[in-house]
Amino acid sequence: MRYALFLGCTIPARALDYELSARSVLKTLGIEVVDLDFGCCGFPIEAVDEGKALALAAGNLALAEEQGLDVLTLCNACTEMLSKAVLALRDERRLSRVNRVLRERLGWEYHGGVRVRHLARVLYEEYGLDRIREAVNRPLKGLKVAVHYGCHYMRPSRVYGEFDDPEFPQSLDRLVEATGAESVNYEYKMACCGAGILNFDEEVAVEMARMKLDPLSRRGVDALVVICPFCGIMYSRYQSLILREGGEIPVIYYPQLLGLALGLEPDELGFQLNVAGVEGLLEKVGV
Amino acid sequence: MRSEMVERESLVEVGNLDHRFPDRILRQPGGEALRACFQCGLCTASCPISLIDSRYSPRRVIKRILLGMRDQVLRDRFIWLCSACFLCQERCPQDVRPPEVMTVLKNMAVKEGILPQGIARMMEVFKRTGRLYPIDDFTAEEREELGLPHLEEEQEAVKRLLEE
Repeated sequence: MRYALFLGCTIPARALDYELSARSVLKTLGIEVVDLDFGCCGFPIEAVDEGKALALAAGNLALAEEQGLDVLTLCNACTEMLSKAVLALRDERRLSRVNRVLRERLGWEYHGGVRVRHLARVLYEEYGLDRIREAVNRPLKGLKVAVHYGCHYMRPSRVYGEFDDPEFPQSLDRLVEATGAESVNYEYKMACCGAGILNFDEEVAVEMARMKLDPLSRRGVDALVVICPFCGIMYSRYQSLILREGGEIPVIYYPQLLGLALGLEPDELGFQLNVAGVEGLLEKVGV
Repeated sequence: MRSEMVERESLVEVGNLDHRFPDRILRQPGGEALRACFQCGLCTASCPISLIDSRYSPRRVIKRILLGMRDQVLRDRFIWLCSACFLCQERCPQDVRPPEVMTVLKNMAVKEGILPQGIARMMEVFKRTGRLYPIDDFTAEEREELGLPHLEEEQEAVKRLLEE
């Protein structure tokens, strides 16, 4: 298994714990990733100029295509934008319009056929739960975590097809269980984190995040497990604003959890960078 | 005050309607199914923003588009508040895609000079550096300490694609 690793803008600048743990886990599992000179996926400027967003996405797809590689993403927003672009560029007219821009400005061209897959999807669909269970050498028995999928991981379903249910997804729960930890059911499990509107209305965004985090803070879980840097930043860096009554929930990325189960050290998984206290969690795991 | 404002905003003035407005949106990718909307309201019932502030309603935005209330629609804060969670899109019995319609509307608003401050600030950094978050010295150092690959501070290909 060999992929082009797509980090996007947010992860390499603001979610280094996610990047580090993803790289460590992929290496341990023997999934090879290649770093290409990828740029922004296009998602952030979709609201301003959809055409330019599509060109940005297509440029990245062209880079991967040139190397004959499929794309492995870590961010839900990048996943959605790039997957949507793959779909949109099946339309000959849109493809040739975008290619004209790519050729003129960069000398690049995209022909189609690149697949885009989120890390969690690759682990679930391609690597497989059985192989993950076999690789686990420090089962996380007794750990209770809440999973947060993030909307763009499986929606819109017209982009993702039948991969996971758009309203009641399962893959991340199963991936957590493969580590030996328990994925608890909880109120507002499917609520949107609100990060998508953070730079338009912080108050509403924080209110949206509160809807999930406030009841969850009284639930007594060991961690909230996320697979998108926007959700991760929203629930961790804004946590003190969200939880007005105090309390603390460690927010960790799935590869951080999986890495612990694979026997990796906290430092290899970026736990030293986590905002909300992870000491209790690590103590429970015994590292 | 606020309720008066909302009321005036809600008035349908026949003389001000732009009957070509719905067609302009229908022609954009994502807007195709607009006319199929039968106003069931499942979108608004599913909307997490509506739950926080009931003034915001995707159903109303769609109805206003269909009526040709161009100015009110493009000036509506709601189009920028849509968090694109896509719940309404999954549930719509008529396959209307409200979040994609919001994107079309936002693009139109921008062309008319309506650009919220936070997004204008983001665009400024983005155009200048080709990144949403430029890799500054502090980040570059942190990356090096963690053994993560070096990244250029700015992204040239993105900058070139963003030029007017």
